[in-house]
Amino acid sequence: MSATTATIESRAVSLEADSRPGLTRLSAVELRKMVDTRAGFWLLVGIVLLTIVLVVARVFSKNGDHSLTGLFVDPLQAPSTFLPVIGILLVSSEWSQRTALVTFSLVPRRLRVLSAKMFAGIALSLLAFCLTVVMAAIAVPFASHPARSDIWALPAWLVGQQLLLLVTSMVMGIAFGAAFLSSAPAIVLYFVLPIGFMALFHVSWLEFIARWFDASRTLTPMADHALSGTEWAHAGATLAIWLVVPLTIGAWRIARGDVS
Amino acid sequence: MIESKNLTKRFGGKTVVDDVSFLVEPGTVTGFLGANGAGKTTTLRMLAGLAEPDGGEALVLGGRYRELPNPGRHIGVLLDASAQHSGRRGREALAVSAMTMGVDARRADELLELVGLDRSAAGKRVRQYSLGMRQRLGLANALLGDPEALILDEPGNGLDPPGMRWMRELLRDFADRGGTVLLSSHLLHEVEQLADRIVIIDLGRIVAEGTRDELLAGSDTLVVAEDDETLRAALEAACLQARPAPDGGFVVQAEPGAIGRAALASRVVLTRLEPAGGSGLEQLFFDLTLGNGAEHIRKEAA
Repeated sequence: MSATTATIESRAVSLEADSRPGLTRLSAVELRKMVDTRAGFWLLVGIVLLTIVLVVARVFSKNGDHSLTGLFVDPLQAPSTFLPVIGILLVSSEWSQRTALVTFSLVPRRLRVLSAKMFAGIALSLLAFCLTVVMAAIAVPFASHPARSDIWALPAWLVGQQLLLLVTSMVMGIAFGAAFLSSAPAIVLYFVLPIGFMALFHVSWLEFIARWFDASRTLTPMADHALSGTEWAHAGATLAIWLVVPLTIGAWRIARGDVS
Repeated sequence: MIESKNLTKRFGGKTVVDDVSFLVEPGTVTGFLGANGAGKTTTLRMLAGLAEPDGGEALVLGGRYRELPNPGRHIGVLLDASAQHSGRRGREALAVSAMTMGVDARRADELLELVGLDRSAAGKRVRQYSLGMRQRLGLANALLGDPEALILDEPGNGLDPPGMRWMRELLRDFADRGGTVLLSSHLLHEVEQLADRIVIIDLGRIVAEGTRDELLAGSDTLVVAEDDETLRAALEAACLQARPAPDGGFVVQAEPGAIGRAALASRVVLTRLEPAGGSGLEQLFFDLTLGNGAEHIRKEAA
């Protein structure tokens, strides 16, 4: 700590000094913030390892689907379950670690930051999705196949629906982080609330609500078959309530509140 | 230029910042002084667009902070040195800010060197930083965009005496090259040697404002003579308000010059003649922030 030379060198003002940081750049910043902390980094490493373990387990299992589809759908549970935690932390840690002071000093339009976080979350989901497909593809030749011709088949509806599930659960994580602005409650409620509602919906007279808003019921068919019109309506309603409600609350809290 | 125009902020019916106005001009350092809870931080947050005023206006460089397209390139803000992710490495924290502002990442290394965080410190996670190191990192973060103005909340907290001196030199240099500096402190001696202007806030209201010399001019003088009785008579003859000091001598509401002339006229030998209460501003600061002084000034102003 011997810096006694109190001069500020090289005034690095460039022509773009006055340009507003673009959403692409801000999203790249948020992507970086997801993985450059100790918690974020190890969560990501854990998710990758868990995905590999699930793929390998599938390869060595006696029964089950050893086609590309089979090797990919189940291991995808790892990122779709735990990636949203990174999304939650990306928002909630700004408050619990108080970095919001720095973030919003640099970008005072706070909803731009929230949008950038969502884009970053979507980008990370896409990356995780592609990585899982690649892992499954690498595993296919190692798995034993009773003479099947469709081991490399990967139906478009499945890719579309699984990708949608992964991306929406990531955005839902970010929305929960924004709604609670605190890591622990956001993570716990992200996992517990849907289960709680599922239990609640088992009460018979609430059954008609469950058909629309119980994720365990409306979203499960996504891995199974191409959804019908009615099923899309149910799935859409479920996603809307679980995503739009926390996101709206979160956006309101972030935009209105004083940062301290 | 930083301007607080009648800024007012209420929290749950309690007015924590009450009609605060002051102006910080380029090329000057302004010290924003007040006890803890006086409303300094809330005022600075309003200036930096992080808290919405209930009344008045916060202007930086002639406009509202939130309207600046890329504020980090114009105003360096350090509101809390502890507000860094504890799991992020020091250099990485700067790199994230540099990327946000669109500043070359190499600038992060320049600033780490400037604030005296060496390579090993820069590679450590913020969790392992002492408060002094966090202040240095925070100052590096504020300077990263090569701003024209700085808003710093208690930047001296946790710095050791050499660190304080280093920071004073850094901020003096920044102001001498045309920069605008507003820094808060609850410790008077931190600001006394650095600030060109001082704004003192107490219970949310500005109780004193002016250049350092102006504020010092009104303060008391301690005078001790070989013969206290003759001195008392001399002071009375010169119509100077005096009260006995606890350790002998008198505390006089006058300039040392006036007291010296009174002593000379009565041929009294003085043994001490100095600002009362150690450093003059300190006494002023204590008077103002310990209740009765503030009330007194308010009555005077009313």
